[in-house]
Amino acid sequence: MIELRHISKVFPTAEGELRALDDINLIIRDGDVFGIVGMSGAGKSTLVRCINLLERPTQGQVLIDGQDLCALPERELIRKRRSIAMIFQQFNLLMQRTCLKNICFPMEIAGVKPAQARQRALEYLDIVGLPDKAGAYPAQLSGGQRQRIAIARALASDPKILLCDEATSALDPKTTRDILRLIQDINRRLGITVVVITHEMGVVEEICSHVAILDHGVLQEAGTVEEIFSNPKTEAGRRLVYPDGVAIDQLPATNVIRVAFQGGSSYEPLIASLAIDCGVKANILGADTRNVNGQAFGSMLLGLPDDPDQIARAMNYIKNQPNVTVEEVGEGHG
Amino acid sequence: MDKFWNDLAEVFASDRYLEEFLTGTWESLYSTVIATVVAFLLGLALAVLLVAGERSGVRPLPGPLMKVVNILINILRSVPFLILMLFVTPLSLILLGTQIGTVASIPPLVVAAAPFVARLVETSLREVDPGVIEAAQAMGCTPFQIIRKVILPECLPSLISCFTTAFITILGYGAMAGAIGGGGLGKIAINYGYHRYNLAVCLVATVLIVILVQIAQAIGSYLSARVDHQGKTRKVRYRVRLNDPARQEETT
Ligand SMILES: Nc1ncnc2c1ncn2[C@@H]1O[C@H](COP(=O)(O)OP(=O)(O)OP(=O)(O)O)[C@@H](O)[C@H]1O
Ligand SMILES: [Mg+2]
Repeated sequence: MIELRHISKVFPTAEGELRALDDINLIIRDGDVFGIVGMSGAGKSTLVRCINLLERPTQGQVLIDGQDLCALPERELIRKRRSIAMIFQQFNLLMQRTCLKNICFPMEIAGVKPAQARQRALEYLDIVGLPDKAGAYPAQLSGGQRQRIAIARALASDPKILLCDEATSALDPKTTRDILRLIQDINRRLGITVVVITHEMGVVEEICSHVAILDHGVLQEAGTVEEIFSNPKTEAGRRLVYPDGVAIDQLPATNVIRVAFQGGSSYEPLIASLAIDCGVKANILGADTRNVNGQAFGSMLLGLPDDPDQIARAMNYIKNQPNVTVEEVGEGHG
Repeated sequence: MDKFWNDLAEVFASDRYLEEFLTGTWESLYSTVIATVVAFLLGLALAVLLVAGERSGVRPLPGPLMKVVNILINILRSVPFLILMLFVTPLSLILLGTQIGTVASIPPLVVAAAPFVARLVETSLREVDPGVIEAAQAMGCTPFQIIRKVILPECLPSLISCFTTAFITILGYGAMAGAIGGGGLGKIAINYGYHRYNLAVCLVATVLIVILVQIAQAIGSYLSARVDHQGKTRKVRYRVRLNDPARQEETT
């Protein structure tokens, strides 16, 4: 279990202090695939670097299985890092070593015998699907292949945790999907806890079980992907989940409602039955539904006629539907 | 002008000159090789200290210490070689028991070249991708392991280039050392060309130095490209396996 307690990070800069992380509290349980999303500059990389103390937090504690890393002496910390693997956007392979030697690297560091390391490296090459690239140098591989080698190298240290900092951001959509599949597979087969840093909701949708939303160094909300996707509670969350959605501030104040779907039904029948059963003609102002783990999730903004009676009827009707919640969004912004 | 041609003809005719040039070349070569190896090792150590020890380095060292090392290197680099040599010859006396000759010129060459090598190597060490170093740190490498297993191997091709440059520079310094008591081709060129107005001998000695430089550069460039797997300098060779089942499928 990874537990972040009151983590703050302040960078001294020429223009004064920069608060990259502000009192972050987060729990990541074993076996989760935990996404951390946020816009560029939100502090995602800084946060993930705090987990293995590549970046020392200015304040707070990083607990891994109850052990406070910040309190460890340097030597112990270095040892501890060997059980926390990390992969990067730019792969960061050793360019002057063959793929096989790259995968051997963490074992070399840990003092595994060369012959044994070689044997295991070959197995990991197999797991990531590149058994014929043992003797190739990273420069001879494509981006996706390089990331596979980086994943094999990460596995070679037999980690409990895998940190991925924008691991697919330099790859095309198809390769991204393949790499995400591989990471998911590793999570399921080896039970490694995965922390995925990304700015793309698509990545979270694809593999994460939980997600936390980071904005300007502040943790906005966290929860299961289903919860956050179907009903983001914060402004930052909504912006990320519905990037093309309607800006709520620009809508007429009192007669806009948000309908959230938590699996199952799609929205067309609801609109139709709203018109037929209640005689309320709703106007779809914005909608974004997604397919998460085989169920439909999403939400939709409806504009209702300027009539309190009709609004009440519509609200009442929708509230009685299964797997659907509704809230008035006009009020808070009026 | 007639004297020049006569002298030149004599250079190629007489065994005495041949022997002198052979000895000179040998002296130049071994003093340069020894001085380069020592200066390179010293310079490398200094460069590692500079890069690893700075505040954002892999093993930060006290700021004042780094300042002192930096200033020392700058001072040694700014003193002209000939003057430095005058100051350092007493060191040769202490170390080697003599102030003149080829061997005696090695310590001054080392002292003059090491700071230069340090800056040269420093630049190349800094070119190692910080991302790769970060990855190594994340994997739990100790600072020493990062230096030995990441930084140095990753810039091996450019270290070879640095060595080549150091060799050529020291060969040049060595020729200057010939003017004040050193041996080698430099001494021959100065002795004949300057003191005896025998320009032919001077010319041949100079040509020999040029040839040594060319050879050194060619070997250095070849080795550097040879060990580089980054893919920029060397053509990637694809091995085609004829019994590759995937290929056979394609053709049938
Ligand atoms: N070493 C540093 N010194 C000063 N400021 C820093 C440092 N590292 C990060 N920052 C600042 O902290 C903030 C968060 O940076 P961070 O790299 O964590 O963002 P990010 O969410 O990973 O962004 P991106 O998606 O672009 O990678 C930024 O404003 C950045 O400028
Ligand atoms: Mg980042």
